[in-house]
Amino acid sequence: MQKLLKNDKLFNIVVPIFSAILGMLVGAIIMLIGGYDPAAGFSALFQGMFGSPKNIGEMIRAASPLILAGLAVGFAFKTGLFNIGVEGQLLVGWLASVYVGYALNLPAVIHIPVAILAAAIAGGLWGMIPGFLKAKFKVHEVIVTIMLNYVALYTTADIIKRYLYAGNEKSYKIQESASLSSGFLSDLTNGSRLHWGILAAVLMAIIMWFLLEKTTTGYELKAVGYNRHASQYAGMNVSKNIVFSMTISGAFAGIAGAMEGLGTFQNMTVLSAFTGTGFDGIAVALLGANNPFGIIIAGVLFGGLNTAAPQMNFNANVPSELVEIIIALIIFFVASSYLIRLLLTRFSKEGK
Amino acid sequence: MSFLDILVIIIPATLYTAAPLIFTALGGVMSERSGVVNIGLEGLMLFGAFAGVVTTLTLQDSVGAAAPWIAIVVAAIASGIFSLVHAVASITFRADQTVSGVAINMLAAGLTLFLIRRIYNKGQTDFVDYRINKQDVPFLSDIPVIGDIFFSRIPYTSYIAIFVAILVWYIIFKTPFGLRLRSVGEHPMAADTMGINVNRMRYIGVVLSGVFAGIGGSVYALSISGNFTGHTIAGQGFLALAAMIFGKWHPIGALGAALFFGFATSLSITGAQIPLLQNIPSVFLIIAPYVLTILALTGFVGRADAPKASGIPYVKGHR
Repeated sequence: MQKLLKNDKLFNIVVPIFSAILGMLVGAIIMLIGGYDPAAGFSALFQGMFGSPKNIGEMIRAASPLILAGLAVGFAFKTGLFNIGVEGQLLVGWLASVYVGYALNLPAVIHIPVAILAAAIAGGLWGMIPGFLKAKFKVHEVIVTIMLNYVALYTTADIIKRYLYAGNEKSYKIQESASLSSGFLSDLTNGSRLHWGILAAVLMAIIMWFLLEKTTTGYELKAVGYNRHASQYAGMNVSKNIVFSMTISGAFAGIAGAMEGLGTFQNMTVLSAFTGTGFDGIAVALLGANNPFGIIIAGVLFGGLNTAAPQMNFNANVPSELVEIIIALIIFFVASSYLIRLLLTRFSKEGK
Repeated sequence: MSFLDILVIIIPATLYTAAPLIFTALGGVMSERSGVVNIGLEGLMLFGAFAGVVTTLTLQDSVGAAAPWIAIVVAAIASGIFSLVHAVASITFRADQTVSGVAINMLAAGLTLFLIRRIYNKGQTDFVDYRINKQDVPFLSDIPVIGDIFFSRIPYTSYIAIFVAILVWYIIFKTPFGLRLRSVGEHPMAADTMGINVNRMRYIGVVLSGVFAGIGGSVYALSISGNFTGHTIAGQGFLALAAMIFGKWHPIGALGAALFFGFATSLSITGAQIPLLQNIPSVFLIIAPYVLTILALTGFVGRADAPKASGIPYVKGHR
């Protein structure tokens, strides 16, 4: 145990696992207090995640935007930046992908990559703004990204209403050639909405890993995250790295939007409130310890929790909002890793 | 339509929409002045709206029109207690304050709806019978011109909000307590050396932000929306956060900014009645507060700087 506390790498894995367990535990207590049966609740939740091929398909479908949102948050975290603007970047990416998917006529081999690229560029530009303002004017990126979320929410809704409106609060549908949906995957999972987007999510995770671990740029990004002044002293261009990090982060978020636009929905709704994916992305990144592969696992878990929530409501009568509570609690516990360190130290002392 | 007629429409509407923002922004000032970033204002407001509506629905049969006023007090206490979660995580356990704030927002959204379903077996509450109504102030509303503009069809909460802003300014800048609160937000180590309990002051700052945001949320629910759904508070907390920043972390500045944002929001609703504004797409008015806040931060609209130690947990003995 003492060794564990000294070994930061191991501790980084222990914290998320511990937090997830604690989150579930407190969730169970809340169920008990509310007069629900926690065992029935969790077994229904488990059923909803793994009970049938369709449930598994839906879990993976919901995971793809979450993984990408998590990558976006995690990538910025690595450079010491907090991107709360994933939600907004996701929305502009969603809109860009739907526009390209609807307006252009191309063969599928070109159309899909172009639409995803459009989403990445739109999200990247939207993420670049706070990066630029941070580098140039030293404005805190948290506030700017929050404000830009609302600008994105209202502006995308207005643009759809003005230029892409198909009626019934929805935009036009994208062309068949831009669609990520797949009859094969859908049949394989008994008619879920699973689409090829998950491949894009995994590919992006690999790209993030490669960029951060195997390139000079990645080394610089991380160095800036560890110690901005030392990096500057070592001759790195801190401003450039901040802008670059936020742009890439925004691009990941934009692609998350493309998952919704080209995959799950094939259009975009005139939203009056946020999707929540961007905020869940913060939870995913924290739980995944900002590691691309950890983020994939965390994304699948949260995707499953979200898609299984209705089943929990249906089978065990537990309000589906419990899932949101559990996710929030997990964030608290991961963020309060000091508490977990404290607890573990206490335990290890008693063990001696 | 004369200029005066326009004022008669705009000013009451501004005061009406701004009141919840003023309260919540003042809460933000309290917390950030003590050195704790509070992104959770939105969630605290939501919790206040929830507590306010549930209390009103429970009490309205027995106490009638007094119910919403009691509900505001209950909401203030409830949100104050709820904000302890943020305080414990970010002060005692040294969690990243932004992360903790995000978690507060998610927790509030989940918990309130969970409880609503538990209590009422449906996803939203009924409308309350007694709201905090827009009313004419006796005597003052009879004054020609001014009475119509400033004292007619405005809920009392708006005047209370303005009064409280002045009170908060007095407390923060003119009392020993205020000096201590500001000192732990600017230079906690110096404050500690002078014998001020940094963490205790920060706890007070965060809980006060919960109290004010709770008032703001319940005022919004009881004067504007009238019931509680998951979307009752949709961005008002972040708008209040923006108002606090645009007001440069100063109570009176926050008051002014909240009034201005209330003005912008009300314009997007009442704008259709006003000749000049009919042609401006309402989306520009809706996004104006957010864009202006960004511009304020970049220094285009006067530089805004946060309290120096805002966002940094205080660890005794660390340099």
